[in-house]
Amino acid sequence: MMIHKRTNLGAILKTVLIYIELIVVALIVIYPLIWIVGSSFGSSKGLANASAIPEQATLQNYKELFQQTNYPLWYMNTLKVAAANMFFGVLLSTLGAYAFSRFTFKGKRASLLTILILQMFPAFLTAIAVYMLFLNFGLLDSLTGLVVVGVAAQLPYNIWLLKGYLDNISTSFDEAGLIDGASRTQIFVRIILPLASPMITFVAVLQFAAPWMDFILPRLLISSEEKKTVAIGLYSMISDQTRNEFTLFAAGSVLVAIPIAVLYILLQKYLINGLTAGGDKG
Amino acid sequence: MLSAIVWGAGQGWNRQYLKGLLFLLIGAGAAAAELATGSYTRDSLADGFRFRENGGFFLKGIWGLITLGTQPRKMGLTGLTAGDHSIVLMANGIIALLFLLLLALFYIWNIRDAVTTRRQYCETGIRESSLQHFKRLWDTMYAYIVLSPTAVLTLFVSVLPIVFGVLIAFTDYSRNNSPPTKLVHWVGFDNFATVTQVFSWMHTFLGVLLWTFVWAILATVTTYLFGFFQAVLLNNSAVKFKKLWRSIYILPWAVPAMISALVFKSMFNGQFGPVSQFLLDIGLTSERIYWFTDPGNTNLARGMALLINLWLGFPYFMALIGGTLTTISESYYEAARMDGATSGQTFWNITFPIVYKATAPLLMLSFVSNFNNFGVIYFLTEGGPANPDYNFAGSTDLLITWLYKLTLDNRLYSMGAVMSIIVFLIVASFSLINLRKSKTFEEL
Repeated sequence: MMIHKRTNLGAILKTVLIYIELIVVALIVIYPLIWIVGSSFGSSKGLANASAIPEQATLQNYKELFQQTNYPLWYMNTLKVAAANMFFGVLLSTLGAYAFSRFTFKGKRASLLTILILQMFPAFLTAIAVYMLFLNFGLLDSLTGLVVVGVAAQLPYNIWLLKGYLDNISTSFDEAGLIDGASRTQIFVRIILPLASPMITFVAVLQFAAPWMDFILPRLLISSEEKKTVAIGLYSMISDQTRNEFTLFAAGSVLVAIPIAVLYILLQKYLINGLTAGGDKG
Repeated sequence: MLSAIVWGAGQGWNRQYLKGLLFLLIGAGAAAAELATGSYTRDSLADGFRFRENGGFFLKGIWGLITLGTQPRKMGLTGLTAGDHSIVLMANGIIALLFLLLLALFYIWNIRDAVTTRRQYCETGIRESSLQHFKRLWDTMYAYIVLSPTAVLTLFVSVLPIVFGVLIAFTDYSRNNSPPTKLVHWVGFDNFATVTQVFSWMHTFLGVLLWTFVWAILATVTTYLFGFFQAVLLNNSAVKFKKLWRSIYILPWAVPAMISALVFKSMFNGQFGPVSQFLLDIGLTSERIYWFTDPGNTNLARGMALLINLWLGFPYFMALIGGTLTTISESYYEAARMDGATSGQTFWNITFPIVYKATAPLLMLSFVSNFNNFGVIYFLTEGGPANPDYNFAGSTDLLITWLYKLTLDNRLYSMGAVMSIIVFLIVASFSLINLRKSKTFEEL
């Protein structure tokens, strides 16, 4: 009787401790996020008065963001870059992975090794060289340039990842297609694309989300106000101490963070799987 | 054979006229490009051939790459005089070199093609027409054709800048010595010597390198262990609403890291930030704490950066390990219970080894990405607090943020390039260690 009661008490104590830990961590996780959302509704502009629960909640910051800053323009720019980045990134990397996974050709080993080595260069290092090249050739300050560099920088990693995924899919489907007289492009569109869709989703989400947070590339390549992306615009709002636009920054951040966060949470299964596979492939 | 002298002649001899014509066009096109972009008229060649005035795309490109120009432009009364721009010359030279390599490949192909067709004809008496050949080519070359846009893009946006960046490390290109008014020179290994021999550079480099390693190791270990802990807690049968908890904890991972880092920077702002104010209000501290900018307290800034990185990074490992935990067979735990193992023993002897084995490659990957974690440091501390002993670096600067400051803020391009090479060598060696353990390497 006694022993039973004691273990029961121990179990209850353990459960309580677990819950306390869970709640404390949850509060630490949520508080900064609530604070920034609260600040975005704050009525006085400065950082000093920002709080999680504003005294007089107002939509003024959002209004000002759209009417008095170039925020809508930045948002559209980033959306364009993100869409193009996603489309070309997925197209080129799946085609490349298809070629590497399903065909044998001269120079395959060498190309794969090249891709592997390129993947080890942080995209950042090439960015500086790209900047110097673009500077000397007058290619700076265009959104197209941003997409070109963004796609190319991620290509080695994406190809490597998708190739690994395709390697694990049996070729029997392809062979069946060949027997039915399908061309290789048809096989790619009708068989490979659907089979690889989980990993393609992963690549697509990353390619879409990257421009929203990418700071270095646009900071390097974009100089005019009309071509700024959201990341640069938001950073300028907060880094310029004299302008004191903290609540505007908060509102702008909330509008970027919510869609991306929703996307990540909805697709978390694919994303975690994709990241795991990336690790396995070195 | 014939193709060696005139492009495509061998194919013509083999009566594959169309194919021969194509090779001829490529060869002639390259020569024409050289002639058209250079100046090869009799007048300009009168006093001998000079690369600078007469060379076309290829010859001048190579000449430019070797000399980096001989005449600087000068500021005259009428603006800049004509002259050489070293960096443009260098970039053109690399592009010319890449094209020459491509041409060399075509040249070899051209000869080999003529030889094999001829041999085939002599042995069997069959020769395929050009059209048949192209059809066969389309089939065998499918992989190349599909890969060509990728190859071109990679060549010009990845390979070219890397070669360019590496070459810059061997020049004296910097803010004080930059075109158009000055020429850049090849200086061999001088910049590397500067980093290793000049005290202030060496001191900064070693200091930053050491902190980068400490940062990468601690950042990886803390996020991994806390993520592990949280995953195990959530896996406990006593916890209800698992999905809700998990969705909360995943939030830091889902919110763009740049925004989170900037939010933390504001919260811990020394002068106006709410955390400092709160501590002051409840009487814990007697004055404001300058979390990231107090030069007398660099470890505070470093510790805070690690803590905030923990906030940002643990959800990924939590989600990952949570997934791995569900794959561990229940039978192990049952066997352990039968043997009367305590829950601590079960964890250290069953759970930890299995999860560790499954996630070890990702730990290495995480180490590498923390090594190059530009975002957290730059947005949080901007490398600060300032460190007067360092060359252009603050106390929390990682190699990658120092590199950024060297190149962009201070425009010491050649020193930046040297650092890039060093960072690459370190990252590549870790990646290679990781790779050798994985099965992909054997497949190659």
